Amino acid sequence: MTQPKTIVEKIWDQHVVHLEKGKPDLLYIDLHLIHEVTSPQAFEGLRMNDRSVRRPERTYATMDHNVPTRERHIIKDAVSKKQMETLKQNCDEFGIPLADIDHPDQGIVHVIGPELGLTQPGKTIVCGDSHTSTHGAFGALAFGIGTSEVEHVLATQTLWQAPPKTLNVKVNGELGTGVTAKDLILAVIGKYGVRFGTGYVIEYTGDAIRSLTMEQRMTVCNMSIEAGARAGLISPDETTVEYLRGKRHVPEGQAFDEARDEWLALASDEGAVYDHTLEIDASEIEPQVTWGTNPGMCLPVSASVPDPAEATTDNKRAEIEHALNYMDLQPNQPISDIAIEHVFIGSCTNSRISDLQKAAEIVRGKTVHSSVTAIVVPGSQSVKQQAEAEGLDVVFKQAGFEWRDAGCSMCLAMNDDVIPPGERCASTSNRNFEGRQGTDARTHLVSPEMAAAAAITGHFTDVRQFTNALQH
Amino acid sequence: MEPIRKHEGLVYPLNRSNVDTDQIIPKQFLKRIERQGFGQFLFYNWRFHHDGSQKEDFSLNQPKYDGTSILVAGENFGCGSSREHAPWALEDYGFKVILAPSFADIFFNNCIKNGILAVTLPEEEISQLIQKAENETYHLTADLKNQVIYDNEGFKTSFEVNDYQKEMLINGWDDISVTLTHENKIKQYESKKVGV
Ligand code: SF4
Repeated sequence: MTQPKTIVEKIWDQHVVHLEKGKPDLLYIDLHLIHEVTSPQAFEGLRMNDRSVRRPERTYATMDHNVPTRERHIIKDAVSKKQMETLKQNCDEFGIPLADIDHPDQGIVHVIGPELGLTQPGKTIVCGDSHTSTHGAFGALAFGIGTSEVEHVLATQTLWQAPPKTLNVKVNGELGTGVTAKDLILAVIGKYGVRFGTGYVIEYTGDAIRSLTMEQRMTVCNMSIEAGARAGLISPDETTVEYLRGKRHVPEGQAFDEARDEWLALASDEGAVYDHTLEIDASEIEPQVTWGTNPGMCLPVSASVPDPAEATTDNKRAEIEHALNYMDLQPNQPISDIAIEHVFIGSCTNSRISDLQKAAEIVRGKTVHSSVTAIVVPGSQSVKQQAEAEGLDVVFKQAGFEWRDAGCSMCLAMNDDVIPPGERCASTSNRNFEGRQGTDARTHLVSPEMAAAAAITGHFTDVRQFTNALQH
Repeated sequence: MEPIRKHEGLVYPLNRSNVDTDQIIPKQFLKRIERQGFGQFLFYNWRFHHDGSQKEDFSLNQPKYDGTSILVAGENFGCGSSREHAPWALEDYGFKVILAPSFADIFFNNCIKNGILAVTLPEEEISQLIQKAENETYHLTADLKNQVIYDNEGFKTSFEVNDYQKEMLINGWDDISVTLTHENKIKQYESKKVGV
């Protein structure tokens, strides 16, 4: 019998173009996704060296980071506008398909790849964006790259990569009611910190992962980079196959059946060896809220803000003090007492149709708290359309949410959607870094359900009590 | 890309861990379509007030660090976004060498591609270097060829670097031209696996 292999080893072996001792491997890239922010200098580099794009048909571009989410055509910032125009010119010049701002397929790059069926098991996928790990949900090896590497892939359709170490994050048991995929990944990062994945590709395994839907798996893989891992993936199974059936770029008929067999064969073999394994019990996870300035600074909603005096080392104490100071929080303050002024439901972590459906269930028939401004930004124009077909826009608007067009929006506040200095936001995005949502803005990461509940009550509220209270 | 073999420079200590690329260069400066000119925005929110005036208490603004080219920082330096604008800003500001106990993967790669020597050193050595650079005008030499870092007061340590990355840095190579020497292999792969 051949040696059992992990999915990472299988994908790697299938993509090596050139091997040489003392060098990284030259790896073939199946799909290269592009957006307006990290590509202009790469195209400029091609032009300067008189190079072309090797495989434009394996490249797909969209505009997401900068785009306005209301009044699409009024781009106030001249530099943003220039960046978007530059992408269009570059795509025209090099023959790359582009879902621009007027295109029905436009959306956040990590939402539309899967939606269009471009993302498939076994593919190597790169994008000049660290959340490319999202596509790993399908059993693809997907990771973020810098602009020099974007240029390299455009020119050669390959990348130099050292084979990664593999980390098995095994999530046993079952998530409780009201506890989401977002809580799961936040709890993992809260437990093991923001560095445990550095140098590894994470494979998520275990019963709790198997029972997640594809959209939930994307939420989990999305945040792999917040643990330091360039990529995170999940072996394909019937859930993966069923999600892909009928998607635009997925083969049909007999070709689909063949693809299905290949996809399922990619799953890590029984007995495959990982460089490291971590385990966590899903049933212990509660709804999470971040209190600090990195995603590892995260606790259950029932907990209280940490006290720097109880830190075990000087470094940790300084880190907590710095974070509390930035976040304007007091040691031992109950998390459920923290009042918020803004709610953002969106981003490549949580802006898919099921995220919006879940949040809508919470807000249906309620009113956004008078001191809260709340917005919903669907991940793609097609998510938006589907939500509208289901009447979710009406549910949100009646409750007092703003209903926007697709884009990254307040996840990184590069467009006009910015949190003012000193104000506080419950956000379904993935980064609570200083200044991420606006200079001196304070971000708390939560699930869509928790964000929706906070919008109604004006402070963090355990969504499980909230739903119980509703039933009584 | 400028080759880097040996570099001697003034050390700037940044005693923080998990410095993310949003801090190194905030997103409002990512909209430019050029590669140059990002140094002025380096650590922007730490260096400047809302009105654009300098924050005197942020150490990089102190005259004693003028002309610094070696950055020593805490663990997990460069975490977060993949933006290559972060190394562009560091390089444009004048940094040639970065020393830390650990780096985020994508950031580390981006440094190599831009001719910045990023070196991992043990935590104790980093704390020692940070302390020295906080207290005095402190210079270090990074010798990539011999893989050592030293000062002229007797401190000397060796470091690991992957052979391939060392070769790229020392020669200032652009790796696209190296890859294109394997054009035949790429073609072969494509005709076999993906169809032309
Ligand atoms: S939604 Fe946020 S994290 Fe995702 S690609 Fe856009 S900016 Fe990056």
